[in-house]
Amino acid sequence: MEQRVAARVQLVSKPRTRLGRRLAPYLLMLPGGLWLLIFFLIPILFMLSVSLQTGNLEEGFRQSWHFSRYIDVFNQYRPQFIRSFAFGSIATAITLVVAYPLAYWIAFHGGRHKTTFLFLLLLPFFVSFVIRTLAWQFILSDNGIVLGTLKSWHLLPHTFHVLATRTAVISGIAYNFLPFMALPLYVALERIDRQVVEAASDLYASKREVFLRVIFPLSIPGVFAGVLLTFVPAVGDYVNAAILGGTNTTMIGNIIQLEYLQNFHYPVAAALSFILMFVLLIGIFLYARVLGTRNIEEYV
Amino acid sequence: MSAVITREEATKAPTGLQPPRKKRRWTSFVLPVYSALVILYLILPILIMILYGFNASGPKRVSFRWLGFSLYGYSHLFAKPDLTAALKNSLIIAVVSTIIATALGTLIALALVRYRFRARTASDFVLFLNIAAPEIVLGASLLSLFVTFGVPRGMGTIIISHVMFNIAYVTVTVRARLAGFDRHLEEAAQDLGAGPWSTFLKVTLPLIWPGVLAGGLLAFALSIDDFVITNFNAGTAQTFPLWVYGAVKVGIPPQVFVMGTLIFAVGVLIAVVNVFAQRRKA
Repeated sequence: MEQRVAARVQLVSKPRTRLGRRLAPYLLMLPGGLWLLIFFLIPILFMLSVSLQTGNLEEGFRQSWHFSRYIDVFNQYRPQFIRSFAFGSIATAITLVVAYPLAYWIAFHGGRHKTTFLFLLLLPFFVSFVIRTLAWQFILSDNGIVLGTLKSWHLLPHTFHVLATRTAVISGIAYNFLPFMALPLYVALERIDRQVVEAASDLYASKREVFLRVIFPLSIPGVFAGVLLTFVPAVGDYVNAAILGGTNTTMIGNIIQLEYLQNFHYPVAAALSFILMFVLLIGIFLYARVLGTRNIEEYV
Repeated sequence: MSAVITREEATKAPTGLQPPRKKRRWTSFVLPVYSALVILYLILPILIMILYGFNASGPKRVSFRWLGFSLYGYSHLFAKPDLTAALKNSLIIAVVSTIIATALGTLIALALVRYRFRARTASDFVLFLNIAAPEIVLGASLLSLFVTFGVPRGMGTIIISHVMFNIAYVTVTVRARLAGFDRHLEEAAQDLGAGPWSTFLKVTLPLIWPGVLAGGLLAFALSIDDFVITNFNAGTAQTFPLWVYGAVKVGIPPQVFVMGTLIFAVGVLIAVVNVFAQRRKA
């Protein structure tokens, strides 16, 4: 049907538009695509190139292709790498456990107010990341309005202290990335065909069985997507560690920022951030292998 | 609660009516209460931000303790010149980068939705990569580019970086709204003799406008609040989040929380108005 209309349109309109019609998508994509190419894709290649250079700010840098840099850098900052992965994993696990019931409830019992609940879920994004983390610093401060009140009610010992500990940093990361986990979970759960769920009930499955054997397995693509979208940024985060942490909680992100912006050790910093990018690519590759390439964009 | 007896109740009835009924009511409260608690947890820092904007702790820094109610932050909102300048920079950057990113992103979304072409899967992947990549990688790699070419970092590079990460978000938002777009309307317009430009201006644009607006608002919010990518590409320029981060170790003046509150309030207001305006149109 569309082809007949299209054919008629082509007969009526000027011949020039037939070529225009074929080129149209590429022309539309051109400005945006060019921007992304120059300022997103190519910089990643430049980062790769910088990571293989040697030199310093005064003398200049030159390409030296020291692939061993990656190994050196990893060994040099191994504690931060391990810590970042540990914090990231714990925070991601926390967000998964916390977000799943919420996403389930909105998807299955949200009813007419689903958009309102999603809006509430996204409300934190109307405030800057830095201010949100800063607010947590206030919440977790020793004698602020939260802990101070709890201490004056003798629910907590007066020496209770949580800022500058690993707990504070992990909690901050988990808080900030909660929506990143909740949204893909919601999308996956929303998509489950309710008739399949009903069929399971009709076949005498208890509510627990329906969840464990039907709903949860069908939501696994969303779980995977949520984990991917949460874990990698969480590992690379440094704001939480900077605001809520102390000297023994530095993460790899802090190191990257330090080396780039304060020490100007560009090759080292570039190598570190490339390793981070590489981990993301591995994650995407695994997702594509295990679950198929079609769906991952839909969770964004 | 349904009036129909469930299978569970029917099979349990002989053992006594009370326990099953109580269990059903209890479990059906757990999830909603839990969800309310989680949402409260999400909103808690926002409430603290709003509250501490009223903390009477003097002009230099907001104290962790609650020292009483004061409107100082509001009455002396622009008392700190460098903070005000940083906020102004943030607004300028947000406006400029939003306009550019929305235009570019909408074009890409149109191309992806309406046509089937070879580069489509690759484009989808690039867009996904842009959104999924940690900000530190996006910011650091762009900095590598600028460093290699000796480009001085300042407002211009900040705007470039903001457009870079916003394009993908705009594209995704507009594409979601374009899903129900009816091409026959465009073809009908062309059948009636409209050239490609008129079709675009008078048919396509008004139809996709809600999606474009939503994408633009998202880009604006992301730009105003962005920290990591801006941190890497700012050089000596200051934006509002950068200024706040720099002040963390020294002391946060009350204006920071007040400005944060106001930005939040305006953002929410626009979003709510947007939703109502769309419901009215439909």
